[in-house]
Amino acid sequence: MKTPTDSPTRRVRVEVNGTPLVREVECRKHLIDFLREDCGLKGSHLGCEHGVCGACTVRLDGQIVRGCLVLAAQADGHRVDTVETPTPGKRLKALQDAFVEHNALQCGYCTPGMLMAALELVEHKPEADRAQVREWMSGNYCRCTGYHAIVDAVCAVLEQQKAGRFADEPVDSADEVRA
Amino acid sequence: MNHPTEIPTRRDLGADLPAVTEDQRHIGVAIPREGVRRLTQGRGQFVDDIELPRLAHVVFWRSPVAHMRVTRIERSAAQALPGVIAVVVGAEIAAICKPWVATLAHLAGIKSAPQYPMALERATWQGEPVIAVVAETRAIAEDALGLLEVEWESLPAVLDTETALDPATPLIHPELGDNLCFTRSLDTGGVDEAFARPDAVVFEETYVFGRHTGVTLEPRCQIADWNPGDQKLTVYHSFQAPHMMQDLYCRQFELQESQVRVVCRDVGGSFGIKVHAYPDDFATVALAMLLQRPVKFVADRLESFVSDIHAREHRIRACIAATQAGEILAFEIDDLTGIGPFSMFPRTSGIEGNQVVNLTGGPYKHKAYRAKLKVVFQNKVPTCQYRGVGHPIACAVTEALVDGIAAKIGMDPIAFREANVIPDDAYPATGASGIKLEILSHEACLREAKRVCGYDALRAEQASLRKQNVYRGIGVATLIELTNPSAAFYGVGGARIASQDGATLRLEPSGVLTVMSSVGEQGQGAEAIFAQIAADAVGVAIDHVRVVTGDTDATPYGGGTWASRGAGIGGEAVLQAGLVLRENILATAEAILQRERAGLRVHRGAVIDARTNERVLELAELGRIAYFRSDTLPKTFTPELMVTRHYAQRDYPFIFTNGVQVSHVEVDVDTGFVKLLKHWAVEDCGRVINPMLVDEQMRGAIVQGIGGALFEECLYSEDGTLRNGNMADYLVPMAGEMPDIVVSHVQSPTRSSQLGAKGAGEAGTAGAPGAVMNAINDALAPFGARVSSQPITPEKILRALGKI
Amino acid sequence: MKSPAFDYIRADSPQHAFELLAKHGDDARVIAGGQTLLATLNMRLSQPALLVDIAGFGAWRGIAVQGPTLRIGALARHSEVESSPLVARHAPLLAQAAPHIAHRAIRNLGTFGGALAYADPAAEWPACVLALDATLVIASAKGERRVAAADFFQGLYTTAMQPGELLMACEIPLIADGERQHFSELSRRQGDYAVAGLAARAKVVGSRLREVRLAFLSLGDRPIRARAAEAALQGGTFDDARLAQADAALRAELDPFDDLTHSAAAKKQLAATLMRRAVAALLQR
Repeated sequence: MKTPTDSPTRRVRVEVNGTPLVREVECRKHLIDFLREDCGLKGSHLGCEHGVCGACTVRLDGQIVRGCLVLAAQADGHRVDTVETPTPGKRLKALQDAFVEHNALQCGYCTPGMLMAALELVEHKPEADRAQVREWMSGNYCRCTGYHAIVDAVCAVLEQQKAGRFADEPVDSADEVRA
Repeated sequence: MNHPTEIPTRRDLGADLPAVTEDQRHIGVAIPREGVRRLTQGRGQFVDDIELPRLAHVVFWRSPVAHMRVTRIERSAAQALPGVIAVVVGAEIAAICKPWVATLAHLAGIKSAPQYPMALERATWQGEPVIAVVAETRAIAEDALGLLEVEWESLPAVLDTETALDPATPLIHPELGDNLCFTRSLDTGGVDEAFARPDAVVFEETYVFGRHTGVTLEPRCQIADWNPGDQKLTVYHSFQAPHMMQDLYCRQFELQESQVRVVCRDVGGSFGIKVHAYPDDFATVALAMLLQRPVKFVADRLESFVSDIHAREHRIRACIAATQAGEILAFEIDDLTGIGPFSMFPRTSGIEGNQVVNLTGGPYKHKAYRAKLKVVFQNKVPTCQYRGVGHPIACAVTEALVDGIAAKIGMDPIAFREANVIPDDAYPATGASGIKLEILSHEACLREAKRVCGYDALRAEQASLRKQNVYRGIGVATLIELTNPSAAFYGVGGARIASQDGATLRLEPSGVLTVMSSVGEQGQGAEAIFAQIAADAVGVAIDHVRVVTGDTDATPYGGGTWASRGAGIGGEAVLQAGLVLRENILATAEAILQRERAGLRVHRGAVIDARTNERVLELAELGRIAYFRSDTLPKTFTPELMVTRHYAQRDYPFIFTNGVQVSHVEVDVDTGFVKLLKHWAVEDCGRVINPMLVDEQMRGAIVQGIGGALFEECLYSEDGTLRNGNMADYLVPMAGEMPDIVVSHVQSPTRSSQLGAKGAGEAGTAGAPGAVMNAINDALAPFGARVSSQPITPEKILRALGKI
Repeated sequence: MKSPAFDYIRADSPQHAFELLAKHGDDARVIAGGQTLLATLNMRLSQPALLVDIAGFGAWRGIAVQGPTLRIGALARHSEVESSPLVARHAPLLAQAAPHIAHRAIRNLGTFGGALAYADPAAEWPACVLALDATLVIASAKGERRVAAADFFQGLYTTAMQPGELLMACEIPLIADGERQHFSELSRRQGDYAVAGLAARAKVVGSRLREVRLAFLSLGDRPIRARAAEAALQGGTFDDARLAQADAALRAELDPFDDLTHSAAAKKQLAATLMRRAVAALLQR
């Protein structure tokens, strides 16, 4: 097998947290390294780089993905959202508040990925019960909390949603956007 | 049910105990941590977030085999790759970094061989660093790694603890004479007599605990920055004990403390993994000094599995004797534990086994105890202290024996424990192993455990479900946990590890408070509880308190986080400094107001009239005058609005805590799969500073213990290489399989400090494996089947049941 | 764990992709969802010179009923199969299996065809399409060809696909009247590869089972039809004796590997338990 002796690059245009960015990046660079190194956004974390721990969970076109298993090149022409967004929607803000209130984070390293995963649950599985919340959040490793408080926080936001707290904010729909 | 589990109805435990401060309104209360809001916005400052000019990245070529002698290293192709800065071998590092030997004087006879940051010519475990590649990016360094040509001669590996000491087994370090790191025997006398009594019932079992590891989500990482201009070293570290590393860098590199600064900002989980001095840590510092530019090391996940310390590899033969009437007479254990080829620096790999000896049987009032310990070297990843350190093992063994003998006698497991624990009014007491116990509450905790889990109802349900071939089990574990250690833990052995800590409290001109503590934050909430204590000690609102930790330049000198000492020791220092600062504020107010201080108090951000409660001087005004208008103060008086106090626990070797855990499980006897239905923990960590933070420490620790009990094991092949060193094959607990965990509190404050707080970080891990194993065995009881090897996998359960 | 260097091209049509693959041969790899490929690249288990991204082929994405079959495009994401009303109605086996595939974030990108082409014996879709008697539609520069699922999975990570071919779609017979489908798997943790799994379907006629299909995952180097157990189960009235026969037949015909923590004997025990429970579920519904 022949490997290039230099590392080919590509110009990518990605809308990151609402801001269009243009960068020249190595084709091999994954989305998390792109965010952290080329966009200066340190809020997305790496825990394993093979798609299992969930620390790198970010949103691509409104759906959660493993940032370590997406190339920046694949994100060219698409949009990425992280917890660092300066304009969090009401659901994300509610989750952030609930995490603080329930101490659903300790060291905070898994938290950005957890919040992204929880947000998609709140948006797309509004009827989830406690067991289903646990099942959904099973893709995100936390070593500090033992998960109970995280489940509490997510359930609290689901209750708020049922009470109509986010009624005036539509869910980010991925379907129309994907190429 | 789709609402959160009952938020503790008791959000304020402070009122249960006499207050330690005036107007105590934060201590004891479940206040959420505003300080972590930034982490929900992705605004942490973890090591890998830090950018510095000319930052270089290091990747290590690590031994791919268990034991080898390097015969050839060809670096030229790697060095020639554009973007590569240097390719460095062990001898070049050894020229500026001394080797070390990880022994301590108080572990009599412990021995280990000198260890270097990178192997010189012989690598003794798969994962040992041999060559360092430094490049402009991590990716380029990894590209260069692939261009290295390395040849080696494989050497025989020692991989079986049972045969490690056989004469035929090769010696890992011939100069040591054998593969024995440490051995200890303890015998109170009377053990044989106890077992031989005509009324004695005996239960024996052999327990195996699989080696496993910490898997911090943020891997080990650091940036070492050597500035040749002022000959100063700064290390940004993800670490638990910055002063310890400051001291070690000085000694290994022949520097003065004034030349070394260690900074720990956000740490993405530690659990003991990040409290040891790793060879690649020293190598990274050496590279920064050799290359005169900052060097970043971030272990990737594959690397973490073969370089982070492992822990908990034990085989324990154990037995218990009790009378038919239900009185425990004696415990006996024989513990064989396997470490790596070196004892780990600087805390040694003998402490874990030593604690198993000290703690087995701990809650109970028997007098006869015998223990033998052998700690043997192997060509596997080095092991050392990891959350719980010996407690999970000692508790699981003790509590399994207790359940086993209770069943044999025909007594209910909780009733048997109630009859045998050291009574709550019997303190201070000394355990059979010699441990000194200040004040524990086993009886109160057992009562509360029975109540909170609805024990009688669980038993009734178990009986009726058995008739429908549904097999549920209830497992109980009573535990003790050492916290707030004195210098007896490390200092007496010659380790330069501080058992004292300090806190500096400064009133700022605007009346807000800054707290600087030598105990750090890794997520457990140290900074939050220090703010709570300081706010009450001084008399300000908690949102007016800022806490600074993790910087050897900025904080007092201290020990950092380990052995569950942060709240008890760090917290006491904050309390003492705060109380003195309050007095100094009053002295300043006296000078400003020209009023007797006896008639004044500090209350909620102001100095008030003690009689009328009228606010007579806001702290902001006091600060303004003290700092900017010294011309208005009496010449004989100087305000001292910055106070430092230190604290060391010196009453006991350790301040023990205690607790009880109950695990409720269901075992599918056709598949061997275990479902964790629920878990309860009653804990007594003395005065609780923040019940929510204690609950969350307990939950996280319990799940970590469950990991070792059911899922986690470092699986080695016959050639000594790790077979499952990745996140897909090494199974850490995830949310789907974990139970809800209900935590209850009992408070027996320690009198060794004014605060009365003990530690809470590790008790969860100590008790969970014992409780879960007991629950599984309780579920299997109708089949006469038992499991005694952790992790308890479906394979092991099916074999115990005779299904395979 | 940074991947080795490679170039990246988005193919703007299948023809473009075939040209690139022909030109670069073994130096090129196709990327669709990339959930397996990128992990192997991050671990440096593979060093291609070029990735050809085919995720943009819109015509290969849809899920639609076409005559007697449900056609699932190879580029349909796992999460699209999971939430498709057509799948739920016409191939409920797939809807039952989908939540077991890793986790949501992986399912949002991983593709149906990618999992089939990779042919991991522990994966869910291969066993499902085997149980469903599906047909794989393979495209190349020369045109299309169809391969039955029973002939498609040929060994460990090995399928009937040849170099230069791409999986385009999968055609699945619509669930028939009286037919029931049941998917189950045993894994240590939600989303892990199964220790043992079973994609089962049968026609239930009174108390008899007909046209039984039992396709196991994680019991061999490819999804395995337990034909002897199937034969034992169908035919006459279903009773305990028939089940016991099927159990014995299953244990005799399976020859699984040990995995890291489960012996072959344990795997057989798990497979037999899955079969008993699947049969009970099929008969009750």
